[in-house]
Amino acid sequence: MSSKKGFSRRGFLQGAGVGGVLGTGLLEREAEAAPAGAAIAGPGAVPITLTINGKPVNLTVEPRVTLIDALRDYVDLTGAKRVCDRGTCGACTVLMNGKSVYSCSVLAIDAQGKSIETIEGMTSPEKMHPVSQAFWENDAQQCGYCTSGFVVACKGFLDEHPNPTEEDVKHGLGGNLCRCGTYMGVRAAALQAAKQMKGGKNG
Amino acid sequence: MESFAYANPATVEEAVGQLAAQWGEADVLAGGTDLISLMKENLHAPRRVVNIKNIKALEGIRKTAAGLRIGALVTMDELAKSALVLAGYRALAEAAAGIPSPQIRHMGTVGGDLCQRPRCWYYRGGFGLLAMKDGKSLVPEGENKYHAIFGGGPAYFVSASSLGPALVALGAKVKLVSAKGAREVPVAQFFVTPKDGDTREIALRPDEILTEVVVPGAAVKSATYEVRQKTALDWPLATASVALEMNGTTVKSAKIVLGHVAPAPWDSPAAAHSLAGKQVTEATAEAAGKAAVADARPLSQNAYKVTLAKVAVKRALLNAVKG
Repeated sequence: MSSKKGFSRRGFLQGAGVGGVLGTGLLEREAEAAPAGAAIAGPGAVPITLTINGKPVNLTVEPRVTLIDALRDYVDLTGAKRVCDRGTCGACTVLMNGKSVYSCSVLAIDAQGKSIETIEGMTSPEKMHPVSQAFWENDAQQCGYCTSGFVVACKGFLDEHPNPTEEDVKHGLGGNLCRCGTYMGVRAAALQAAKQMKGGKNG
Repeated sequence: MESFAYANPATVEEAVGQLAAQWGEADVLAGGTDLISLMKENLHAPRRVVNIKNIKALEGIRKTAAGLRIGALVTMDELAKSALVLAGYRALAEAAAGIPSPQIRHMGTVGGDLCQRPRCWYYRGGFGLLAMKDGKSLVPEGENKYHAIFGGGPAYFVSASSLGPALVALGAKVKLVSAKGAREVPVAQFFVTPKDGDTREIALRPDEILTEVVVPGAAVKSATYEVRQKTALDWPLATASVALEMNGTTVKSAKIVLGHVAPAPWDSPAAAHSLAGKQVTEATAEAAGKAAVADARPLSQNAYKVTLAKVAVKRALLNAVKG
């Protein structure tokens, strides 16, 4: 991560605090241009609060830090993977307010006030979510790099489509890539999980 | 990604106060599906990012006297599922549903779809919008299989907007707001083909925000058909959006707009004219497709797109009258 431009400002802002941008210094012009009430943060690190797997988490990040980087590098939740980092592969998928999103294309600061659900909040080896269980039983992974993104995307999809056809599954999981080509297993797993999740007990 | 200050306005007035008279100073952030990647590639390196997602006035779809008013923050997912859109604006719902990933549909917004930058790999690779090297475009003799077959030179990229062709076919307008006031621009004039490297591919000015789209309420039969190499995680190769005003079973007037074949949505009056006063049948739809591509000027690797565009027109027309 480059910080060519940001260093001197960051130093200033750390001293000044979040609200300090409206004082003097390098950001004076922004402050003057800002109508009353327009909150400005950064470019230096600012404290933010994210709601991750139901718990509030405080961290201090620059506005340019993406949600995937915040999860992996600041909160130590490494289940979501950074692979393409350009909103194309799906390995970084998390649920935001119940909807699947690419966490590489969301700024962490932007995710405040939203409910963020990661693979860690869904499933564990001790207590497998029906989707994880179905992935395991249907051989729906090979190298495993895409798996956590696929499982999260699948849960988001099944929450919204409890009775999918195979065609629905194909389109509904169309935002995730598997380089090993485990799609047949993934689709079978999604259909099996849909049957097991009926009644919403594990949703 | 370069560092930036992050503004989080709650109103359009506050938001436009954060914009600047020149590009490069500030960028508007909505769904982020394009901007965040552009910033990672340093193609955009704004000093200030203006998040507009907390501006309530930019949300929602509703009927007004002028037609359907669609807020800039409406997501592709909301648009594709909206009962109001499905009822009278099928071409638009189909264009939104065609965007091939649930994650992108959950995040991507109407305003963002219209304002996203082209996917041309020369542009994305840092060669600029016109892909110029030594005063000459690299595209005509380069890797041009996904480039324009219409309107090329000096710009050969294709407009990346999925909604653009449908909105042009339906005669929609966009509302652009700056600190100085608001203006309405027909979507057909919102997309522009740049003649030099400093012009953007849209009419939005750096100090403006696209706040809403208004689609007139005329009763038309419409459809969008996309031709793709892959059904997932890819852009279409050619699309057609059609809107037909019917007189019984015959076409009174038609609007036929191609997508992903030119630097802007490509309106084909010749194709539309070929249908006037006729029923839409296999034969007339095929003739309209032929008329739509009669003036195509393919590059060294993309003649295949001429056939795809022709087929897209035919199938969109047949779908429009089917249901």
